[in-house]
Amino acid sequence: MRDPISSLLKNYATLLYIFLYAPIALVVLFSFNSGNYAADLQGFSFRWYGETWRDPFVLEAFGNSIFIATTSATLATIFGTLAALALQNVRGWLRTVYDSLIYIAIIIPGIVIGIATLIFFVQFFGWLNPILQNLFGPTAPRLNLGMPTIIAAHALFTMSIVLVIVRSRIAGMDRSLIEASSDLYATPFNTFWQVTLPQLFPAIMAGFLLAFTFSFDDFIVAFFVAGPNTTLPIYVFSSIRRGVTPKINTIATVTLIVSLSFLFITQNLLTRSNARARTPDKE
Amino acid sequence: MTVSTRKTKLTTALLLAPASLWYLLLLVAPLVIVTIFSFGERAPEGGYAAAFTFEQYLKLPTRSTPFINTLWLASLGTFFCIILAYPLAYYLATRASAQMKSILVALIIVPFWTSFLIRTYAWITILSSRGIPAILERLGLVQDLVLLNTPFAITLGIVYNYLPLMTFPLYVSLERLDKRLLEASKDLGANRWGTFWQVTFPLSAPGLITGSMLVFILLMGEYLIPALLGGGKIFFVGNALVDLFLQSRNWPFGSAVSMALNFIMLVIISLYLWLTSRLGGEGREEVSLF
Repeated sequence: MRDPISSLLKNYATLLYIFLYAPIALVVLFSFNSGNYAADLQGFSFRWYGETWRDPFVLEAFGNSIFIATTSATLATIFGTLAALALQNVRGWLRTVYDSLIYIAIIIPGIVIGIATLIFFVQFFGWLNPILQNLFGPTAPRLNLGMPTIIAAHALFTMSIVLVIVRSRIAGMDRSLIEASSDLYATPFNTFWQVTLPQLFPAIMAGFLLAFTFSFDDFIVAFFVAGPNTTLPIYVFSSIRRGVTPKINTIATVTLIVSLSFLFITQNLLTRSNARARTPDKE
Repeated sequence: MTVSTRKTKLTTALLLAPASLWYLLLLVAPLVIVTIFSFGERAPEGGYAAAFTFEQYLKLPTRSTPFINTLWLASLGTFFCIILAYPLAYYLATRASAQMKSILVALIIVPFWTSFLIRTYAWITILSSRGIPAILERLGLVQDLVLLNTPFAITLGIVYNYLPLMTFPLYVSLERLDKRLLEASKDLGANRWGTFWQVTFPLSAPGLITGSMLVFILLMGEYLIPALLGGGKIFFVGNALVDLFLQSRNWPFGSAVSMALNFIMLVIISLYLWLTSRLGGEGREEVSLF
């Protein structure tokens, strides 16, 4: 006998999946529209992809976003991994302080991070610029908001994400290999390089890709500290404000493809890394 | 202290140095500066002038509308997220077949990791006069229906964007539920309805509380949904903060607003910790989103 509640739940779940994916699917569909208006489907073409590709403003914003995401994800991965390794040896109140900072950086809304980093940089530059002027005279470089400040701000919260991922991998790591390595007279550095790092690599890579995706998709933090620079989300936001155009659909589709493919690789890396953690003897 | 422990300590400190610098300069120091600013005055050209006054806090009631909008629509959005997410999480945890389960759960999480801006943007055309209202009008159901730039559009945007974040913790707590308890309840003569309300629902409370807390906290700083789907007519605290920090450059008042927001978030997190500690060990389970 078919359970009526089961089939009811199944239909309900199907509806919710449609609700979750239909709007995204519509954006992708309309990106292939040949017509002049965003909301009027005329026919299939790659016309708007061509138009978008030839727009220098889009290209500049896209280039900025890629550069910012790559740099901030690299910083976040290095800082986060180093900190995750160090935190193994930290106990007591100091550990509590770090744990709180990590989770605060992840959980607080982006706007709070935006304001915090804006305030820090404006105060810091306001204090540093006069000193630079005194040292190097009027030709001294004037530090201002721009790409470096976006990179630093993104690294703050993506670093915490890398830290959490790498730390959970360290917790699930096979310790007997490290002990074996030091029993065989490897130096701590060699043990780290040849035993620990290869085991952590999938988690570190997954952390990097997630950090990249976060930075690439972020609007609100960059909005606060971008200064005169534009990132792709900032460009999209200001174009929406001026009116919806078909170009936004093509940019949106490309952005979705970037984040989805990164997400897919991340998921594969993490699954493989967890599977390896569960069956260390089969390596 | 032996040489080797001193060496370990030095290594630990060096490894932690970059992360500590980032947390200190970009998270801790700014929070201190915001606190100081909130007692200051606005400089004539914008920005901050040193002072010690409660003026900014006394002015807070003039911006009570964004706070009321945020708290009211965030509560409404969280409520609808729970109503919609619960049956879905329940289906995934109890009915979905083992091989389909991992795919279905991944499909819930995927939208959450894609651009928030684009997910919100997707609704603009759907809700605009050429979207759903036009279809309903053609069917002869309504006339001159306006959906975009209304509280309805904002609530819909909230539910759409935050549904994954609510579903996932709920799913985790329902998935971990000991199935023997359900059988015991059935053996003791409880019907389905009774079993659900007396066994399943209370045991899913940790997931429910975690999900609600995550959604509500993030909604406190929401900017994009009201900006895009509310057409700038319905201000959230996030919109007020963007206005105060980036447009009118009234930093001291902006700092006071931001302090008030931090205070609300602190209250929510304390409430969350209190609730989970009352639920005992089970509430403490970490619901990882990664």
